[in-house]
Amino acid sequence: MANRYSFWSLFKHGLKHHESWQPAWRSPQPRSRYDVIIIGGGGHGLATAYYLAKNHGVKNVAVLEKGYLGGGNTARNTTIVRSNYLWDESAHLYEHALKLWEGLSQDLNFNVMFSQRGVMNLGHTLQDMRDIERRVNANVLNGIDGVILSPKEIQDIVPLMDISNSTRYPVMGASYQPRGGVARHDAVAWGFARGASEQGVDLIEQCEVTGMIIENGRIKGVHTTQGDIFADRVGCVAAGSTSTLAKMAGVRLPLESHPLQAFVSESMKPCLDTVVMSNAVHGYVSQSDKGELVIGAGIDSYLGYGQRGSPHVIEHTAAAIIELFPSFSRVRLNRQWGGIVDVAPDACPIIGKSPIKGLYFNCGWGTGGFKATPGSGHVFAHTIANDAPHPLNAAFALDRFNTGHLIDEHGAAGVAH
Amino acid sequence: MFQIHCPHCGATREEEEFSYAGEAYIARPANPEEASDAEWGDYLFMRKNTRGWFWEQWQHTAGCRKVIAVKRHTGSYEIAGSWTLAEGKEHYLKESEA
Repeated sequence: MANRYSFWSLFKHGLKHHESWQPAWRSPQPRSRYDVIIIGGGGHGLATAYYLAKNHGVKNVAVLEKGYLGGGNTARNTTIVRSNYLWDESAHLYEHALKLWEGLSQDLNFNVMFSQRGVMNLGHTLQDMRDIERRVNANVLNGIDGVILSPKEIQDIVPLMDISNSTRYPVMGASYQPRGGVARHDAVAWGFARGASEQGVDLIEQCEVTGMIIENGRIKGVHTTQGDIFADRVGCVAAGSTSTLAKMAGVRLPLESHPLQAFVSESMKPCLDTVVMSNAVHGYVSQSDKGELVIGAGIDSYLGYGQRGSPHVIEHTAAAIIELFPSFSRVRLNRQWGGIVDVAPDACPIIGKSPIKGLYFNCGWGTGGFKATPGSGHVFAHTIANDAPHPLNAAFALDRFNTGHLIDEHGAAGVAH
Repeated sequence: MFQIHCPHCGATREEEEFSYAGEAYIARPANPEEASDAEWGDYLFMRKNTRGWFWEQWQHTAGCRKVIAVKRHTGSYEIAGSWTLAEGKEHYLKESEA
């Protein structure tokens, strides 16, 4: 590896005034043919390319990105990682991802700043608490860590939270996953990009796919803004833009793209060392390593590709956060943005084959794809390399919408991902 | 925040008065008894998810509670107009033919 990152290399390059570092990845011109093309250079796409090369020996791979690497939802989420899902299928998938997260920095030789500071999901009604008990019990049966906290125990962990009865929706308890946490979003994309490039994957930016070349129901390649590129296997990992790609291939998907907004505050001294989420009052908050409060809102109800949403959604979320943390009321906000999330009817991803031979989709992650980044790439790489799903994503095939085997995760997914 | 005109109330109101009700004019299988699983799956779940001009339904939840048809651009968020479902369908069908 051109740059093996270590204390020793830092010291060595320091002696040369840090002028001898090589770029973390190559920026090649596209060739005319690859074994596999991945459309979408976000976290999931880069992870797919990385695991294709590393685990399956498929190194003649191109990742096509219409903008820049990790510039879409990878850069726009609230970086929360957890695996406390209700149903077996999704719990296993997200737990697989969480286990990969736990060794990711070492595996990639890139610090993704994965911080297992715990994730708390608050309950505000009796029904919330029943759902939390059910979900935590399901988690424990699946070998996923989880406990139920009383308001007093919540207060011990988060002293700033108002758990009194004087709030509109008093906090009655919470589920807590200590192994959950946050990671540095950009580092995840960069780490996978570096790892993939190192193994021979071509990362091609500013290359938008404009059409698909399909003959006799089999994919042959894609038209792009940088010319035609041919491959017998194409994987689409394009989040909110997936439907646009599917349309080029004449495939119908059960997706709706919605704006999802988030915002960060000015940097402050450490005051919140865990992640707090509440489905009932619609808000989630954590504090980044820079000291900003990272706050996520709900999705806008309407279909939209504008990478911006309506202000009343932000107002609603800010009100909820201030109700939970009255001391945050004077915190000033720095930035606000929207990402386009592709939501499936059962709030679960679609990972697998399509009616076109050699064309695969990894989409429908909705509001919670970031946490699954390594797991998603791992199972999708397996699906593409073997032309058959990994046992962990077999249940997430597109045909579940015809057979009726939906995996209804609205409870665990909800607004707060 | 959108300003949406309700053809039933004859008033233009803020988005918060309305609830989104998804893609408009999805055709139900003509012979439900004979429709296959794939046809039902398509009707129930598959969506156009158009990037561009899009026909959608909004319900005037905090007003007359009626569902209306709105033509909106999903990229620029510009609204071309709103109609009752029946009136909108005429425009929609005319556009689909063209």
